[in-house]
Amino acid sequence: MARMTMIEALRSAMDVKLGDDPSVIVFGEDVGYFGGVFRCTAGLQARYGEERVFDTPINESAIVGMAVGMAAQGMRPCVEIQFADYVFPAYDQITQEAARLRHRSNGQFTCPLVVRMPTGGGIFGGQTHSQSPEALFTHVAGLKVVIPSNPYDAKGLLIAAIEDPDPVIFLEPKRIYNGPFAGDPHGKSVPWSAHPAGDVPEEHYSIPLGKAAIRRQGSAVTVLAYGTMVHVAEATVEQTGIDAEIIDLRTLLPLDLDTIRASVAKTGRCVVIHEATRTSGFGAELIAEVQEACFWHLRAPIQRVAGWDAPYPHAQEWDYFPGPDRIARALQQAMEA
Amino acid sequence: MADISSTPQDSGSSSRRDETATMSSRQGTRARLQFPHPPARPDQKADFSAIVVPEAGILPVPPLDIDASGCRELAVGMVRVLDKNNRPVGPWADYLGDLSADRLRLGLRDMLKMRAIDRRMLNAQRQGKTSFYLQCTGEEAIGCCFQRELSQGDMNFPTYRQQTLLVAADYPLEQLMGQLYSNELDPLKGRQLPIMHSARDYGFFSISGNLGTQYVQAVGWAMAAALTGTGKIAAGWIGDGATASNDFHSALLTASVYMPPVVLNVVNNQWAISTYTGIAAGKSETYAARALGYGIPALRVDGNDYLAVMAVSRWAIERARQGHGPVLIEWFTYRAAAHSTSDDPSAYRPRDEARAWPLGDPIDRLKAHLIARGDWSEERHVQAEAEILDEVTAVQKAVEAHGTFVDPQPISPAEIFLNVYADMPEHLRRQRQEMGY
Repeated sequence: MARMTMIEALRSAMDVKLGDDPSVIVFGEDVGYFGGVFRCTAGLQARYGEERVFDTPINESAIVGMAVGMAAQGMRPCVEIQFADYVFPAYDQITQEAARLRHRSNGQFTCPLVVRMPTGGGIFGGQTHSQSPEALFTHVAGLKVVIPSNPYDAKGLLIAAIEDPDPVIFLEPKRIYNGPFAGDPHGKSVPWSAHPAGDVPEEHYSIPLGKAAIRRQGSAVTVLAYGTMVHVAEATVEQTGIDAEIIDLRTLLPLDLDTIRASVAKTGRCVVIHEATRTSGFGAELIAEVQEACFWHLRAPIQRVAGWDAPYPHAQEWDYFPGPDRIARALQQAMEA
Repeated sequence: MADISSTPQDSGSSSRRDETATMSSRQGTRARLQFPHPPARPDQKADFSAIVVPEAGILPVPPLDIDASGCRELAVGMVRVLDKNNRPVGPWADYLGDLSADRLRLGLRDMLKMRAIDRRMLNAQRQGKTSFYLQCTGEEAIGCCFQRELSQGDMNFPTYRQQTLLVAADYPLEQLMGQLYSNELDPLKGRQLPIMHSARDYGFFSISGNLGTQYVQAVGWAMAAALTGTGKIAAGWIGDGATASNDFHSALLTASVYMPPVVLNVVNNQWAISTYTGIAAGKSETYAARALGYGIPALRVDGNDYLAVMAVSRWAIERARQGHGPVLIEWFTYRAAAHSTSDDPSAYRPRDEARAWPLGDPIDRLKAHLIARGDWSEERHVQAEAEILDEVTAVQKAVEAHGTFVDPQPISPAEIFLNVYADMPEHLRRQRQEMGY
């Protein structure tokens, strides 16, 4: 067991897979010699050579398009998009090609690739370094969508994603690359080394895709969250003293509805949280599923906390980010109704 | 190292494996991929020996209506005007004619001002007064000079490293710095990351952080100018790294098809963050030569030679304005500073690489030319640098009084709901109320 940041855990996952499977290949912008702008691939080129880990031109559709061609032949590309905000030139290759290759060729060609990308806000990145585009991928049949909330999960989920037979969108909440975040930008920063989930085995292990994790047992209200917002929810629940059950979804598609259903059936109340803009966000899907599965158990309207329906701002970041105040208000509303 | 041509372990039957074996024995050798490398890494000595620097003054000035087929020597060569003695030579010098000392001193002043702003703002970011900054050190001649050749109403579609265009357009420093501090002087109301300016009245299109997108938009702007008969032109800007983007190729294609009045600039500063320019260039001879395949005339220019920049800018802008269609200019230069305040270039290139750059520094070269003309001196230069730094610092202090990240005077959060749409829809009104405004 070692202490790792999320960056180190992701690197360790790629290291393990590059080491145990010659079909695994890693590439992207600044990924090779330099090791990525967030350093997730640092040292991998030196270790595995540039035929396995290399730099690409600044062309996201080329990155994913090459990966589709390689994956179709049986390789397992794990590619990096520098920021999720830059994935859109590759949206065609991901949603119209990678996602459907198995189906449209009736299994003649498949696409076991992973597209990693830093997602979310909290770093004063403005509108082109802060977005949370998960719902643009969960809307696409044929994709799996993963978003870890800590180093241990990041490694286990990334290994599972690389080993998965289908294309996986792997969203990495960049705000928590180096430590959990309670939602207060002026609060003391905590490193992953001070958090139990910063204990990460050096060796191979995987966490199955499609399985949520219950971060806090509780009986009063179910909180559905993922990525950075898991930690903000935990801190808020701590502050308010509400006995919430916090579910870290980990995989958005396919969704672990069993865990969600069991929890809401127990609590009868539900709050859904995400950073992404509200309208047609993944929260809408969660609310629909909970309503359908748990309608007779619900004792209050399901509450939703999300980013405002405006482009992600630079200076007003902490007014935009759905922080502890808004989450506390939603929890109270769910409890009072 | 794994053999990537071998059959991956989890796929395929033994029969497919046999087939692979047969194929490879029939074909003999395995194809090897190319992975371009920079000439030197951090532990090595800077090495630009592969860069051919042609003599100044040897390339001709083509007719304004030249087509791509006549441009090859200009696209693979390099237009240079200042010779070793800092004197203008050759056809492009003749094309410029007699330049006034005031015009050249204006250019020097623009570049000194730009460098002073970069230094002050880098420092401000280091002090935590703003979240981010990005310098253009070494590339000052290109934007500073090109802008001075444009006319009111022409529109640049810049990247985030063309703050030079704003400086040479005499964009008020209060607004430029207000944007960098996201304070109440920010014309963009804190919405954009520092350096992502927008200044319509100064011919500066809104910057996107998504690379390459502006290049084809410049073509569209130029098409609209032609369709509506404004007589104005557009100028697209892109870095060497982002020539890899789809939109670079979209721009060249559409410019070639519709022949709009657009000047397409490629600032080849050799580095895209940590990525060496060869990763964007591949086997292309030059970025300029790439345009010839699209049927677009192209020139490669010494971007650190202020007079070469002036001559070719003037020629290209005139060509576009007279209706001869698009032209691409590759400005050959070097990114002397880090990519941004988030970057540490010592991790991927030699520390002394900027000093080894064979085309020198644009400010030093124009200064030397002015001195050679007898229109400048070391003393005047030192004095001008100090005056400009004082002037920039004075504005900076005044702007900082309106708020910095250290001493914030926040713009109203409700601002984020304005200008999402022309008319605020009901759901945004509700959200603004929920926010408390």
